[in-house]
Amino acid sequence: MNNLLEVENLVVHFDTDGGLVEVLDDVNFTMHAGEILGLVGESGSGKSVSATAILGMIRPPGRILAGSIRFESIDLLRLSLDEMRGYRGRRIAMIPQSYRTALNPVISAGRQISRLLEIHEGCSRAAAYRRAIELLDLVGAADPARLMKHYPHQLSGGMCQRVMIAMALATSPRLLIADEPTTGLDVTIAARILDLLRDLSKRTGAAILLITHDLGVVAQTCQRVAVMHAGQLVETAPVRELFRTPAHPYTCALVRSIPRIDIEVKLEAVPGVVPSLRRPPKGCRYQNRCPHAVEVCRRDKPRQEAVGQNHEVACFAFRRTP
Amino acid sequence: MTPLLEVEGLRKSFPLTGATTWAARLRGERPAVRAVDGVSFAVAKGETLGLVGESGCGKSTVARCLLRVIEPTTGSIRFDGEEITTLSGRRLRATRRAMQMVYQDPTAALNPRFNVRRTIEEPLRLHFKMTSAERRERLMGVISDVGLGTDLIERYPHQLSDGQRQRVNIARAIAAHPSFVVLDEPTSALDVSLRSRIVLLLEALQKRLGLSFLFISHDIATVKYLAHRIAVMYLGVIVEEADSASLFAAPRHPYTRALLSSVPVPDPDFFHERLVLNGEIPSPTKTYTGCRLRSRCPLAEAVCAEPVPRREVAPGHYVLCHLA
Repeated sequence: MNNLLEVENLVVHFDTDGGLVEVLDDVNFTMHAGEILGLVGESGSGKSVSATAILGMIRPPGRILAGSIRFESIDLLRLSLDEMRGYRGRRIAMIPQSYRTALNPVISAGRQISRLLEIHEGCSRAAAYRRAIELLDLVGAADPARLMKHYPHQLSGGMCQRVMIAMALATSPRLLIADEPTTGLDVTIAARILDLLRDLSKRTGAAILLITHDLGVVAQTCQRVAVMHAGQLVETAPVRELFRTPAHPYTCALVRSIPRIDIEVKLEAVPGVVPSLRRPPKGCRYQNRCPHAVEVCRRDKPRQEAVGQNHEVACFAFRRTP
Repeated sequence: MTPLLEVEGLRKSFPLTGATTWAARLRGERPAVRAVDGVSFAVAKGETLGLVGESGCGKSTVARCLLRVIEPTTGSIRFDGEEITTLSGRRLRATRRAMQMVYQDPTAALNPRFNVRRTIEEPLRLHFKMTSAERRERLMGVISDVGLGTDLIERYPHQLSDGQRQRVNIARAIAAHPSFVVLDEPTSALDVSLRSRIVLLLEALQKRLGLSFLFISHDIATVKYLAHRIAVMYLGVIVEEADSASLFAAPRHPYTRALLSSVPVPDPDFFHERLVLNGEIPSPTKTYTGCRLRSRCPLAEAVCAEPVPRREVAPGHYVLCHLA
């Protein structure tokens, strides 16, 4: 089966005044059509930059040094700006992190959606209006016709997020990138947004790349998970295996560091701090935080190796630790 | 034993004075946001009370009233047996030494022009007559209490990481030997791996120093981990209060059930029986006679329009619901 998305050996650097920042270091992952892949990690682990790269929106001082991003077998990095426009916002859409700043405050919610349809789909104004109402209905807005006239400041956070999702879905994308779609929302609202994303993925067949730092969200929403640490992808696994048998020391530490409501746990903190990406350690970037680090970790970069069905881990120490 | 802090019938309303309410005011009405609308609870010595609820339910307003950062409209707050709503001057200052607060945003809560030493010594200067040697000794004491390196004391906030800044905030809060600390979302602005560390730190500090905490958060899993008892707020009132274990084992109020069943559990095989509320949180400017959740509650009946009594459904487990 052909993969919908193949990210291979992606290296991204940002050339800032403070020196070169090595943001992504040889990132590899794939996505199948219709699946929900969770991308987890701490701030600065490179989750959002990976998404930005897929959308072809890395701008100076950022630079893609190496790698390929194949979407439906076409390398997006080789496309011209015009060709990329045929993908961005159409085949690949994004739900941005901050719904407050992503919506235009002086244009009504409805007009923002319908204008997008006029531009991308070439709809007439009337057709775009009707389609926008359908979209708002699809994302579970209670009174779509009324919502069309509202301005963003009149909407609650949850409603803004639904408008953003409606906009992302307007062009029937095959891949939807959701960057922290529930951060800043209250739990009851967040749960409904996640229900909506799951349901939409099923109904429209769109794959979703869900960027989050919340392992609870991952467990309840995703089929597969990719864990990032300091610009390196450390583990990819089906969601059950990730929580039952995490392989990378970082994943293990993450899973043990979260309080939970279903069982009593002894909380443990993830050791150490995220290394600086200005001068990242050679080899595995988790070495200074890792209790199992050995000499080879400081010398060579671990490659992703299969440790189970669809379960890959980039760690030298893994086979040595029980 | 009398509790350290006792709050009774606390209310805080903010009058609406803007252009949108002039018509109502002409009619002789007094439109107001009833942010806290009759809240009573107690915190024992060495105990953590968790206060949970969604944005706008009034949890932070409760905290501010307790410390008299803002003045409560009505109600009584007794701290260590003393009514503090009427205190002023020197007596109020003495109470404030014993009640401290840690804020959500570790950066905004620090003065950017104070270094770590000056930040932590500030409460000592305000509340005690200490020699500089005594102050320094206390400074070193709290620095090690919160796990900060002594090499950081001359640094300014912008030279510290988020986690270090929150440790400075905690150090400042405990410097003057308080007995009660309000923690207003102390982990929400932090990265995942830092959260667990701050939680562990707070847990250890409480054990060692015998502090009482009011832990305010919308992160229910963290509240469960830290709190001995939990109060759930909705639209200005506490709808349910119980010890942590029984609240999670048997939540009685529909709002609590909806809230708990929305928390994402990091276990793919865990299945929540979800209770979904209709619509969104209504306006806090309205006056309510019956249950406040009535319009959103899937279980609502005719009786819910009647005033709701606070009932003890099990020892120490209080619910504000006709049907629970």
